[in-house]
Amino acid sequence: MSELDPFILSRIQFAANISFHILFPTITIALGWVLLAFKLAFNRTGNEAWMDAYRFWVKVFALSFAMGVVSGITMSFQFGTNWPGFMERVGNIAGPLLAYEVLTAFFLEAVFLGIMLFGFRRVPNWVHTLATVLVAAGTTLSAFWILVLNSWMHTPAGFELRDGVVHATNWAQVIFNPSMPYRLTHMLIASGLTVAFLIAGISAYRWLRGDRGDGVAKALRSAIAMAALLIPVQILVGDLHGLNTLEHQPAKVAAMEGNWETRPNVPLVLFAIPDEEARTNHLEIGIPNGASLILKHDPNGVVPGLNDFVGEHPPVAPVFWGFRVMVGIGMLMLLVSWFTWWKIRRKGMEGAPRWLLQLLVGMAFSGWVATLAGWYVTEIGRQPWLVTGVLTTKDALGPVPAGMVATTLILYLAIYAALLAAYVLVIFQLAKRGDAAPQGKPMFPMPGGGEGPARPLREPLAPAE
Amino acid sequence: MEPFIDPFWLPVIFAGLMGLSILLYVILDGYDLGVGMLSALARGEERDLMVASIGPFWDANETWLVLGIGLLLVAFPIAHGIILTQLYLPVFVMLAGLILRGVAFEFRAKAEPNRKHLWDKSFIGGSLMATLAQGYMLGAYILGFDQSLGAVLFCLLAAAGLAAGYVFVGACWLIYKTEGALQERSVRWARLGLWATAAAMAAVSLVTPLLSQRIFDRWFSLPEIIALLPIPMMSAVLFIGLAIFLSRPKRHDDALSWVPLAGAGTVFALGFIGIAYSFYPYVIPDRLDIWQAAASPEALSIILVGTVFVLPVILGYSLLAHWIFRGKATHLSYY
Repeated sequence: MSELDPFILSRIQFAANISFHILFPTITIALGWVLLAFKLAFNRTGNEAWMDAYRFWVKVFALSFAMGVVSGITMSFQFGTNWPGFMERVGNIAGPLLAYEVLTAFFLEAVFLGIMLFGFRRVPNWVHTLATVLVAAGTTLSAFWILVLNSWMHTPAGFELRDGVVHATNWAQVIFNPSMPYRLTHMLIASGLTVAFLIAGISAYRWLRGDRGDGVAKALRSAIAMAALLIPVQILVGDLHGLNTLEHQPAKVAAMEGNWETRPNVPLVLFAIPDEEARTNHLEIGIPNGASLILKHDPNGVVPGLNDFVGEHPPVAPVFWGFRVMVGIGMLMLLVSWFTWWKIRRKGMEGAPRWLLQLLVGMAFSGWVATLAGWYVTEIGRQPWLVTGVLTTKDALGPVPAGMVATTLILYLAIYAALLAAYVLVIFQLAKRGDAAPQGKPMFPMPGGGEGPARPLREPLAPAE
Repeated sequence: MEPFIDPFWLPVIFAGLMGLSILLYVILDGYDLGVGMLSALARGEERDLMVASIGPFWDANETWLVLGIGLLLVAFPIAHGIILTQLYLPVFVMLAGLILRGVAFEFRAKAEPNRKHLWDKSFIGGSLMATLAQGYMLGAYILGFDQSLGAVLFCLLAAAGLAAGYVFVGACWLIYKTEGALQERSVRWARLGLWATAAAMAAVSLVTPLLSQRIFDRWFSLPEIIALLPIPMMSAVLFIGLAIFLSRPKRHDDALSWVPLAGAGTVFALGFIGIAYSFYPYVIPDRLDIWQAAASPEALSIILVGTVFVLPVILGYSLLAHWIFRGKATHLSYY
């Protein structure tokens, strides 16, 4: 590239910001509910191991939440700094949805997070449990609003255009637009799987290092059960989501399948190198009739091809590959979670061979990779549109010169790379320290010996009688 | 949704809500950022306690910025685009600062002890970057994004002024939330911050009308000037009163430790009213008024319905959180 293009640079910058941001909500959405489950399990059984699990994972939650908050604020400014055309043209719909996210979700989670994290010794147990519920609900509600907006950008409904500006005509149709239920469910389950594999991986790491408390075993077992239950549901929901996309954004599905011609008996392409110049695939390996079967439930089903959308379809290779990475990790998750469950179902942790635990450690962040790959499929797959049929991405670009965008892009990337490295490093350090010791440590250790809990730990959490 | 009130008033209401959010942000995250900058002057346990005093609050405080910028975005979409593209670089500096500050709370408590000093630097540096960038943006906004040398100098003055203001309100927060030696140091910091803030507010108030004929006319004409006189007079009285309060020997019962914080908040509110009066009804000085920039009445109506119901609830549970964590700050613990 001889000259810097502000369009490409702004897209990379937005992609970098949103990719970095989504990593953390993907963890906090489901981890909030998992923490609640740990806490309720302790309230019910009185087994200290559940509290050990809670104490360890609430630290990861706090860290992830802070990362999500600060990267999320960046997003709200980038609409204006780089893509002012977005709000000018579709602000009448995007605006209220974002406003409701801030009003109903952001404040809720932000305020009660303080009580959830630091209020344990200041409020009655039920208030602390309620704060945990409200934080988990807040993160989920936030996911709801933002996925409503994102889905509306893919499959807009309930609006009319007046002088090029979008005006809402039916809010129920805006909110429950055609792709929203599928996308929301798919994302919430993706969060569950990401958290399940993170907990399983970090717990396996602790187990391998000899940190073999009951809390570690309970966390790992819960995580494997969660993964084993969620992954088949996710495969089903993903399939339904794909069928929905076929109906509303056929060009995206054509790129996902790497299918050039509209025709029956389309194979399921396992591997290929899509070539947009020659408009064909190289080195294609496929299962005959596979794509027709999956998309039309009929080997003779006609699947749309990219050549029907020349000049108006997304770049093929990233969508094609993103899809394969996501599905590949999904299949691996299915195998690993079911196999692990089968191994530990009777003999417990002793039944899990060392190599399997090592594999789980390796897959600790696999949910991140699959989630990002899936988002690349759907977001790149929407191009050249920003809002399908209404606004192209190019038309939303602001007037900021390329050099300035390049400067901030490099600095953002540097900050994000450093923070990401620090985040992963600190999680493994926490795991090494294994500081789920039953003795409560102050968050800010004091040099002169430290301060223990003001009242016995079991007391505030003991079942109320 | 059909607009249920006169469309004339909708932009006025939203300008008011946006102003309220930004004022609350400046006071609330102002004390967070002020404590962040002041923590450069403390070490070890004292610094930990300073961070702990804002630990449960900073996230909710920062959300007022998201609401303020969100209301600008949703209620005045055209202005949002113009303002943020004009302020591209300072916005970046602010965001980078807020990122570095926000993540440091968690990292400094969880990283290996030999790395903690890095996160302390991130906390202090991030607070400073965000503060200076916000002040710079305030200056740029007041002058309508003028790029001349004089305007840049004015922006730098505003940056220094806002830093003084945040240090002041941060020190007042520490007087309220700490005790003993740290509280005594905070009183000294507050005294310095008070004079710096007073000087900065006076300088900005004097320079602004000289640089903008329109603002000059809005303030220095009859009968407005008589109606407006209470703003600078109340500010002056408050500054003098606070200076006297802070110079008295420490009371033993500590019952009035909230007074400087309340005074600082009131000073901020008065300054804010002055600025708001200078601009109303413009959302971009001299270029775009709130009716020209507003989103459609239908969109504003549907947001207003939610705001009317939700905002009191937000204020309610924010007060609840402050009540739960009332009293002097202690070292934070998850359990």
